[in-house]
Amino acid sequence: MHQERGANRAMPDAATQLDIYRRMIRIERNDDATIRTIKQGRLQMPYYSARGQEVIPSAVSVNLNPDDTICTIYRGIHDMVAKGVPLRPLWAEIAGRVTGTCKGKGGPMHITHPESGVMVTTGIVGSSMPIANGLAWAAKLDGSRRVTVAYFGDGASNIGAFHESLNLASLWKLPVIFVCQNNRYAEHSRFDKCTAVDRVAKRAGSYDMPGETVDGNDPFEMYAAAREAIERARDGGGPTLIEAITFRFLGHVFGDDDKYMDKAEKAAAMARDPIPAFRARLLESGVATEQGLADMHKDITAEVEDAMQFALGSEFPSVDELRRDVFATEIAL
Amino acid sequence: MSAPTTKMNALQAVNAAIAEAMAADPKVILLGEDVADPEGGGVVGTTRGLSTRFGDDRVKSTPISEQAIIGAAIGAALGGYRPIAEIMLMNFTTIAMDMIVNHAAKLRFMSGGQSQVPITIHMLTGAGASTAGQHADHLEAWFAHTAGLKVVAPSCPADYKGLMLSCIADPDPCIFIESMRTLFVPEDVPDDQGPIELGRANIIQEGNDVTIVAYSGMVITAREAVKKLAEEGISAELIDLRTVAPWDRDCVLASVRKTGRAVLVHEAVRSFGVGAEIAATIHEALFGLLKGPVRRLGAPYSPVPFSKPLENAFLVQPDAVVAAVLSVMG
Repeated sequence: MHQERGANRAMPDAATQLDIYRRMIRIERNDDATIRTIKQGRLQMPYYSARGQEVIPSAVSVNLNPDDTICTIYRGIHDMVAKGVPLRPLWAEIAGRVTGTCKGKGGPMHITHPESGVMVTTGIVGSSMPIANGLAWAAKLDGSRRVTVAYFGDGASNIGAFHESLNLASLWKLPVIFVCQNNRYAEHSRFDKCTAVDRVAKRAGSYDMPGETVDGNDPFEMYAAAREAIERARDGGGPTLIEAITFRFLGHVFGDDDKYMDKAEKAAAMARDPIPAFRARLLESGVATEQGLADMHKDITAEVEDAMQFALGSEFPSVDELRRDVFATEIAL
Repeated sequence: MSAPTTKMNALQAVNAAIAEAMAADPKVILLGEDVADPEGGGVVGTTRGLSTRFGDDRVKSTPISEQAIIGAAIGAALGGYRPIAEIMLMNFTTIAMDMIVNHAAKLRFMSGGQSQVPITIHMLTGAGASTAGQHADHLEAWFAHTAGLKVVAPSCPADYKGLMLSCIADPDPCIFIESMRTLFVPEDVPDDQGPIELGRANIIQEGNDVTIVAYSGMVITAREAVKKLAEEGISAELIDLRTVAPWDRDCVLASVRKTGRAVLVHEAVRSFGVGAEIAATIHEALFGLLKGPVRRLGAPYSPVPFSKPLENAFLVQPDAVVAAVLSVMG
């Protein structure tokens, strides 16, 4: 059951286009500063860069309200930034500081920020989906119009949790949107070497839910698909599977070499960098001016720099934190 | 004049606790395989009547999808609910281990205290019913070894009710173990049976010569042993742990301080079991006061077998408890 690609699909207006672009730049500037700080030896963390995947959560998140929720994965800082997690506590968390979103106890793979709707970040492939169902079930029991987005990668579409979750979501008509960021590699294995179908969206058919493959680097296509799925979920129409085709520019984990990648494929993907492409489109259509985008870039760079300084200047958590939050009541060591 | 009581078995006690909690708090919800009435109200009828009384939205039968069940429970908990998830048999938690161990147990800590997962996962288990290797394991040591989980294992109907009420109200994830051998015998349960505090053991019988610690189905075995020991003039103190994690150190240590001897009994495989943790704690705290070595009884290092003589040999029998006590009496 694939969606028709009609000419009358939802289009982001000028302000929304700029909103998407701004979120993308915040993600990209944040990624750039993270890598720089790791290289300087001032951050010690496993880093799963999402450079190249900026469009997807940006075009999704402009359709979400602050009280809509997301569950994301270890490669998910772009999803969090797009959803609106403030950069200071985000940075403090990846730096393991007490001022972090989770007091430094979760780190980059487990960032949680309920005020922004970031409810779970999991380091386990596929595990965002079963929990997203529960959040959507809660929204439904509340009688609210809240929706939940579950982000995951192409590798996760081969794990059992994906199939159990899609089945239950469809059966219970849950307001959840499954967004597969198909960046073509599961760790070091190419998509077609570990996936029996050529498109993840085909799997929606097994669960009788709408499924669609879109160009995840095209802000207009991504926006339209996300908007339709989110509105359907809000209106009680149940879940959707969106497969957003993209590419991760910096490999599985920061520092890995790319010998397992096809060089020509990688070069072609990087030539389709979504950020300069969208920038050119905004300028060409007159939605943005050179000066306007330069100012945006400058402001965001300063915001990221401020967050980084805030984080590195913050205290580490006290060792007493080992006894706290294991249970609601502090335990004796 | 004693308080009014009703005769019920452990399953009815669990049912009564869930019904009471659902009536008191609209945020209490229930999900699991076959739990709603059209599917029979649970494979042994634990949840019978609840979907009819509280509606299909709050009591939901699910597909056979253990990860999806626990995931939905966790997510609903993050969304402000108090889900009770039924996993039919304890062995089937292995299918949902990622959700239980990596998520339910750790979300509070990893989020720096922002997330809470007040879920109760209840499940049947226990050898003795000819169900063999994949339907009868006691896996409580796995869960007790995971920081962030509470593990509860009652032995009598009143405790089933009181401990289930506490699990549902608890702000943290609870594993609630229903031992086959304890489920079907009706006993008097006080009509006003309220919550029983988690982490508090129950001294079933006071004694002076030896402390026997058991929980879940092994309390029945230990009771028989205590009777036989009394006939031989040995005064055993029997402690029902009730909660495996966190366990009641104060109660156990106070008892062993008095008796100087301890025999620990569980149905689970002895190696690396709950008994090892308790024995080590007793030795660390009371070494100089002990009159003999602490003895542990549990299943041999074997999967649960099918054939009846093997199954009987797998389970700790009352005579083995008696023999262990005699061996430490010197």
